[in-house]
Amino acid sequence: MINLITGNVEIDAGRILLAGKDVSRAPIHERVKLGMTRSFQISNLFAQLTVFRNIQLPVLARRGLVRHFLADLDAFPDVCEEVEEILRTVGLWEKRGQVAGTLSHGDQRLLEIGMAIAPRPKLCFLDEPCAGMNPVERVQVLDLILRLAREQGLTFVVVEHDMDVVFSLSDRILVMNKGEILVDGPPDVIRNHKEVREIYLGEEVSG
Amino acid sequence: MASTNGAKKVPRISRLSARVLLGLLLLGLLVVPWLAGSYVSWLVGNILVLILFAAGFNLLFGYSGLLSFGHAGFFAVGAYVCAKILLAVPSFFLAQAAGVLAAGLVSAVIGFFCIRHTRIYFAMLTLSFGMMIHSIIWKWRSVTGGDDGLFNVPVAPLSVPGLFSIDMNRTENYYYFLLIVVVLCLVLLWRLVHSPLGLVFQGIRDSETRVAFCGLSIQKYRLIVFTISGMYAGLSGVLAVPLAKAAYPGMAHWTFSAEPVLACLLGGAKTFAGPVVGAVLLFVIKEIIVRFTEYWSLVLGVTVILLVLAFRGGVVSVLEKGLLPRLVPLVERGVKVDRVADRWKTGKKFRGFFGGEKRGLANPGRDAYLHYRSQRSRKNHFD
Amino acid sequence: MDFSAFLYQGLVGLNLAMYLWLIAAGLTIAFGVLGVLNFAHGSLYMLGAYFAFTLYGSLKLNFWLAIVAAAALVGVVGLLMERFFFKQIYKLDETYQLILTFGFVLVFSDLVKMIWGGVFTIPPLPDIFKGTVGIMGRPYPVYNLFIICAGIVVAFLMWALLERGWWGKMVRATASDREMAAAMGINITAIFTSVFILAAALAGLGGALSTPVRVVDPGVGTAVIIQAFVITVIGGLGNLKGAFVGALIVGLVSAYGILLFPAVELFLIYVIMALVLLIKPKGLLGG
Repeated sequence: MINLITGNVEIDAGRILLAGKDVSRAPIHERVKLGMTRSFQISNLFAQLTVFRNIQLPVLARRGLVRHFLADLDAFPDVCEEVEEILRTVGLWEKRGQVAGTLSHGDQRLLEIGMAIAPRPKLCFLDEPCAGMNPVERVQVLDLILRLAREQGLTFVVVEHDMDVVFSLSDRILVMNKGEILVDGPPDVIRNHKEVREIYLGEEVSG
Repeated sequence: MASTNGAKKVPRISRLSARVLLGLLLLGLLVVPWLAGSYVSWLVGNILVLILFAAGFNLLFGYSGLLSFGHAGFFAVGAYVCAKILLAVPSFFLAQAAGVLAAGLVSAVIGFFCIRHTRIYFAMLTLSFGMMIHSIIWKWRSVTGGDDGLFNVPVAPLSVPGLFSIDMNRTENYYYFLLIVVVLCLVLLWRLVHSPLGLVFQGIRDSETRVAFCGLSIQKYRLIVFTISGMYAGLSGVLAVPLAKAAYPGMAHWTFSAEPVLACLLGGAKTFAGPVVGAVLLFVIKEIIVRFTEYWSLVLGVTVILLVLAFRGGVVSVLEKGLLPRLVPLVERGVKVDRVADRWKTGKKFRGFFGGEKRGLANPGRDAYLHYRSQRSRKNHFD
Repeated sequence: MDFSAFLYQGLVGLNLAMYLWLIAAGLTIAFGVLGVLNFAHGSLYMLGAYFAFTLYGSLKLNFWLAIVAAAALVGVVGLLMERFFFKQIYKLDETYQLILTFGFVLVFSDLVKMIWGGVFTIPPLPDIFKGTVGIMGRPYPVYNLFIICAGIVVAFLMWALLERGWWGKMVRATASDREMAAAMGINITAIFTSVFILAAALAGLGGALSTPVRVVDPGVGTAVIIQAFVITVIGGLGNLKGAFVGALIVGLVSAYGILLFPAVELFLIYVIMALVLLIKPKGLLGG
């Protein structure tokens, strides 16, 4: 479903509204300009570039600086500063010089989130942010997401089937089963919902 | 932190000695006509053309991840337009400029179609468009001379009326013109790949979806990089005309498109210096080995096979990985696609303009940023 | 130009199409199964022609024996290439695969120059193929008719081999999902090797059959491979039926192009290739 909303997959039917605009047929980059980004379930990074550059590219893009073709990459101090801020937030500043493809899985997931928030979205989809993580890394990521949501006022839509993750993050949960919305409500309602408990191991979406 | 460990083993050289070496190389190129005469200048001139061709090609191949088999077409467009104009009017500048512009125009139009695909489909599309250009040149005898090509092209003098006029028929004179243009264009290319725009290209290479999610149109930037690369190919073609005094259909054939591919592979597509070194090697293999054996393409073919099977990083990376790190410090200097790893890694050791001589990869951009940082706060942010 | 001349040109195109089909068939199954687009495939065609030249032209072997032996020898070359080189590159990026096969193009073109030299005389046709038959009041060489039949027979054999036999089943399984096929207990390595041998032998057969009528030189490898690429692209990369159709299209377009608009004949073929790539990248017969 994320693929449909963000534009990775073209829709067959229905409409997608983003900030009141119909973006059903808009290419990805147009949707991003309206304030939407995402992370990927399988890390999708600039594998041959360093961590720093991975964040720098979206920041440059957002500020409309990519048209500069003769300026040095580091010639924009405020961009570098913002990159540093983001990297410190996600806890990768120490590893800024490392090539992204050589990061550990957990660090790649953190960088994934960093890249998703770098365009300063209004709405950010996270596709199984904790996929394949060990418990320590998981706590790190959950903590990060909560912090970003509280401190920077970002809205996250998290797709996850690990219920612990879902309950620890959400203000509002949508449970979907076989393409239909089953329940929609705050965590307490969901927790006590009979049907949800029954298909507990099914696919769930929260938001 | 494999990269850090790996980097520690390689002795880095200082910015000063790198500059000295680069300067020496340039000086060497400058005295070629003076020391070695016009035939060697002619040979080195041909190498320079191939270097420019390969470097421009690598912008598309190494930096943006698109393998084109149609670049010979743009090379030929540049060469034919230039030769045609020189045959009609004796204006050196007009011929050169028109050739480059025509190549840029053609590559923009062809690029518009080609960028819809990537990988093998892109390679096949560029191949078909390149061969279209070849077949036009082959068949349009009245304009292009068919399989004979355009020959005995007169080389007009480079002149500004009333100011000066330089005879470009003299190989030595043309050599200097060529050297200046090629060096300028390489510097421009260097700036480009280290600019924000260059970062976008590399981003597209690594993950196009991610670039789209940065809010950038992949197609737009692909077209830009394709056109720039095509213009470099066209410029190389233009520059080849006064050397060959001719333009011939072989310039557009796909086997000629393979030359920059081979140059990038020989030298290493992941580095800026790779195609430059590779172009020199390719030329040497072709021109030198042909004096010992008639079978140069056998040598080249075996080299290519060995490189793909064993040394995919190319010569530059083999040198870099420690074969000759001390002997070839210029190459080793990490004329790498992305040097930020080194910059930030060594940032800790950085102690002023010439500080950290031993490992610091000096770079004006970093300097500027560090300067800015130190002004913003006295605290050392590089803990 | 009258109508019969028009039809006659179709036969000329058909003859050309069959040579192209033999080359493109091998290229296509090799791509479909191994995933490697082989630049050196045209060189294998060239090798077939040179082998047949030695066996039939110089050693005066029986024509049929010479053709089969030449194709088999090229198959052996294919075996060596696959075993010692291609095997290493299946995991690599397509770009490197293309470049490696291009290395073989360079090697083969010089090898044949070394062994056979540049001179090449066309050996005489065997007696049964001498002469012509009258088709629509025009003489048509018997040998060309034989080539058309041979092409169709090969097409039928390939179809039977891939659609009917156990080997074909395994090949198709491997082509559609390598990992799954391996998990089902199919010996992928053996399939890859055998497919590549077959592909090489087909190219060799094409080359061998061309010996008595077409001049071969060390540059022919790079010339035919482009046509083979055009065909495989038109038919859809990896699609054997498509390759047959593609060969027919290219053969006929070339034949009629020369007759009707000689100036743009080559151009037209590349335009078709580009259009197919842009509109139906999976090929005319692709899904």
